[in-house]
Amino acid sequence: MKSIAELEKIQRESLTKVNIRRIKQGKNTIGSEESFNTEDGVRSHVLVCAGTGCTSSKSLEILKKLEKEIEKYNLKDEIKIVKTGCFGFCEAGPIIVVYPEGTFYSHIKVEDVEKITEEHLLNGNIVKDLLFKGSIKEDEIVPINEVDFYKKQKRMALRNCGLINPEDVKEYIALDGYKALAKALSEMTPEEVIEEVKNSGLRGRGGGGFPTGLKWGFTANAVDDEKYVACNADEGDPGAFMDRSILEGDPHSLIEAMAIAGYAVGAELGYVYVRAEYPIAVERLQIAIDQAREIELLGKNIFGTDFNFDMEIRLGAGAFVCGEETALINSIEGKRGMPRPRPPFPANKGIFNKPTLLNNVETYANVPEIILKGAEWFANIGTERSKGTKVFALGGKINNTGLLEVPMGTTLRDVIYEVGGGIPKNKDFKAVQTGGPSGGCIPSDYLDTAIDYDNLIELGSMMGSGGMIVMDEDNCMVDIARFFLDFTVEESCGKCTPCREGTKRMLELLDKITSGEGEMEDIDKLESLANTIKSSSLCGLGQTAPNPVLSTLKYFRHEYEAHVKEKTCPAGNCQDLLTYFITDGCKGCTLCAKACPVNAISGKTKTQHIINTEICIKCGACMEKCPFDAIIKK
Amino acid sequence: MISLIIDGKQVQVEEGKTVLEAAKSIGIDIPTLCHDPRLKPHGSCRICVVEIEGAKSGLTTSCTAPVSEGMNVSTESEKVVNARRDILDLMLANHPLDCMTCQQAGKCTLQDLCYKYDVKESSFKGDKKKFEIDDSNNFYYSDQEKCILCGKCVYVCSELQCTNAINFSERGFDTHIAAPFEEKLETSTCVSCGNCVSVCPVGALVPKSKEKFRYWETKPVRTTCSYCGVGCQMDLLVKYDKVVEVQPAMGPSNEGLLCVKGKFAFNFVNHPDRLKTPLLKKDGEFVEITWDEAYNVIAEKMNSTKENFGPDSIAGLTSARCTNEENYLMQKLMRAVIGTNNADHCARL
Repeated sequence: MKSIAELEKIQRESLTKVNIRRIKQGKNTIGSEESFNTEDGVRSHVLVCAGTGCTSSKSLEILKKLEKEIEKYNLKDEIKIVKTGCFGFCEAGPIIVVYPEGTFYSHIKVEDVEKITEEHLLNGNIVKDLLFKGSIKEDEIVPINEVDFYKKQKRMALRNCGLINPEDVKEYIALDGYKALAKALSEMTPEEVIEEVKNSGLRGRGGGGFPTGLKWGFTANAVDDEKYVACNADEGDPGAFMDRSILEGDPHSLIEAMAIAGYAVGAELGYVYVRAEYPIAVERLQIAIDQAREIELLGKNIFGTDFNFDMEIRLGAGAFVCGEETALINSIEGKRGMPRPRPPFPANKGIFNKPTLLNNVETYANVPEIILKGAEWFANIGTERSKGTKVFALGGKINNTGLLEVPMGTTLRDVIYEVGGGIPKNKDFKAVQTGGPSGGCIPSDYLDTAIDYDNLIELGSMMGSGGMIVMDEDNCMVDIARFFLDFTVEESCGKCTPCREGTKRMLELLDKITSGEGEMEDIDKLESLANTIKSSSLCGLGQTAPNPVLSTLKYFRHEYEAHVKEKTCPAGNCQDLLTYFITDGCKGCTLCAKACPVNAISGKTKTQHIINTEICIKCGACMEKCPFDAIIKK
Repeated sequence: MISLIIDGKQVQVEEGKTVLEAAKSIGIDIPTLCHDPRLKPHGSCRICVVEIEGAKSGLTTSCTAPVSEGMNVSTESEKVVNARRDILDLMLANHPLDCMTCQQAGKCTLQDLCYKYDVKESSFKGDKKKFEIDDSNNFYYSDQEKCILCGKCVYVCSELQCTNAINFSERGFDTHIAAPFEEKLETSTCVSCGNCVSVCPVGALVPKSKEKFRYWETKPVRTTCSYCGVGCQMDLLVKYDKVVEVQPAMGPSNEGLLCVKGKFAFNFVNHPDRLKTPLLKKDGEFVEITWDEAYNVIAEKMNSTKENFGPDSIAGLTSARCTNEENYLMQKLMRAVIGTNNADHCARL
């Protein structure tokens, strides 16, 4: 693109094509006084989620079927189908949203498409029984942005996800895309860009929370003939998928941010390191890069300036440790993904020993907004030391599983109960694990903690990449710690002794405790080994691997002790410590006996049955089958 | 110069030096397993951790930490010693306890450190790795069960020998050193230089010895390798006047490296067929003569040949096993004493 005027022209042309989706959203931050004109004749946009979650529930088939139906009724000129990225509300998927009404259809199946087409798109009547249940409030149908899950959110990094077609650069441009790059290149010096990022207070969203502007400054100050910017999209925390969603739903925001970063630090090449397990993200990012190259937003002399920038994708081969920056750099260089000692830091010696700026996807996604709206605007959101918003991947025992973005400083309670919709089956909240395998478990006493980097660390957990797994009364905290350790043992790269050997021994101790063979000294051993691993491991993986154990020991030591002293699992979770019983609620229906795979249940019809605990393998099949809840485990 | 305090002692070192180097300069010995000054620091074993006052997170490996002004380092604080004990405990938990019969006994750093820090046996009872010994290479064994994964062999092979025959395979607890595709060493690209064997701190890579000996029974004899003109410095480990192993020494031309011949091909030294004196054929039989006799024969023959057939009837051919100086002297002898330019060298053939 030779000039900013060209960009503005594309925006004017494209805006009418997306305006219909903005009306209900009240997105008045876009553009200048550009009116809300819509395309002539188009009366509806049907957005179909094509993120990984919905795609795996056949949303692409839904999309095809929808296209056929539209053709069948000859609605092609009036109704536009838009394939979008993730809406975040994965529990409700596959999702279809119809604009301008903002009608939110959830859990859609291929066979529902005909009904939606006929009744809604053709006749203008909303199909009530396919609506997301929460979008009916006091008998009124509310648009998607007023549904509880979205209402408390502030979507900045996810601003375009589920709103635009990620495979169409013009839709991105319509919503102010590449304007920040234009502004940086035309109105700001690289130093001013860095200053803006510094002043915004943005901190790394990948886990560590290092001040982004400082990192940019270090890389800019490093002297070398060549520099690189790189993006860490090797999202590995179990359950976290915000980076994937941004790549799938809004890949141009990453390209724009990396170009801005390249300008700021003096780099002309950007590497995006994405895990190969994200095929859709990789495909859409490649499409986006190709489109950006085509309209010369990547390449030589961007906007007619002397700034050149291009990008390349590198695929990760499935090692969690490659999310660690120095291991990632090794992997980009074609070496085995193992961390290097720091110093030297990547800002001085990164990829191919050249100064390298490495940020995470979500961090980058915030940058265009900061440049466009200013550091002050950004710094007004969040807490004193954690600015802006944070995306969380909410999972576990929670009603609204999915991705959400809230301002820093929102309390855990608000996230879990307001946005997350609370715990299913009215069970009691027990703890929330933040930060994935590197984080810790936070008990209910701290539900009113405002989420920010420092508060979470103080509680023995961490922000991490934003995984948030909710646990209820049925979760055994020892078992949870064991689960995360199992993950880190698998994923330790094997380079340094404490992590390679130590996490394995911790896992063995946890196995011993959860199987009822633990001794009290095992708990002390576990704790002391955890502290050694934390203090002496080479990289972040090892240094944080003991956190799930240390935090559960801190808040739930009594559960460990119960496993050891009383040989019981208070949550009724650890199979080796459980015994199944049939109570006198048994009506003798024989269903349990039929379900038992090892014939451990005996009893005559219409009399109370008995489980032979010597034979029982504790599979729980009987309990599932019992219609009278007469089988208990303790 | 940077000044810092290590264990209460003031020390001044050049900028860019590591804490380990600074400590060494004042005689403080920080234990290491994976460190080798010739390699890029990689900080794998973590045994050299120290406590640095005010450091944000935990302990720091002294082999990778550059010194900084005013640093206050403790190399044997309680925290440090506990961490080292735990690390040794972890290593031992995954290591055969066969020091009695291990060839490396007496030269094993793991053994030395366990002794130093009173780690008698591991407190962890769990899985141990299981590997078969790879004895396919003619010169050394690779016993992965003894490997502590310090990585020295890998980095020596890649950074110094530039062969890249071995690397880490698998990850986590299953990590081990292997040739690509888990090939046997004999069929890999290994050139049997034995530099990995020389740096292995434990008994994972050991030479296939013809002799049974203990390292404490040997004495090192510093010498120059006789195989070629590079002049590699080496220590012959000698037991009862018999060479039983060769260790590379830090000579200016080899910096602790050797090739397959220097490292392993020393058995000729004690071989009964080895020539120890010059031989002269008398009546169709070789008989031993003294060096003086031999020089006389050579001088006589050269003089008579030169007299009868001219200097160009004589040619000198030297060997790559000679040093530069010896080669120089040989051509000098040809040109100045014999008077011919017929001087050549086997490396040209």
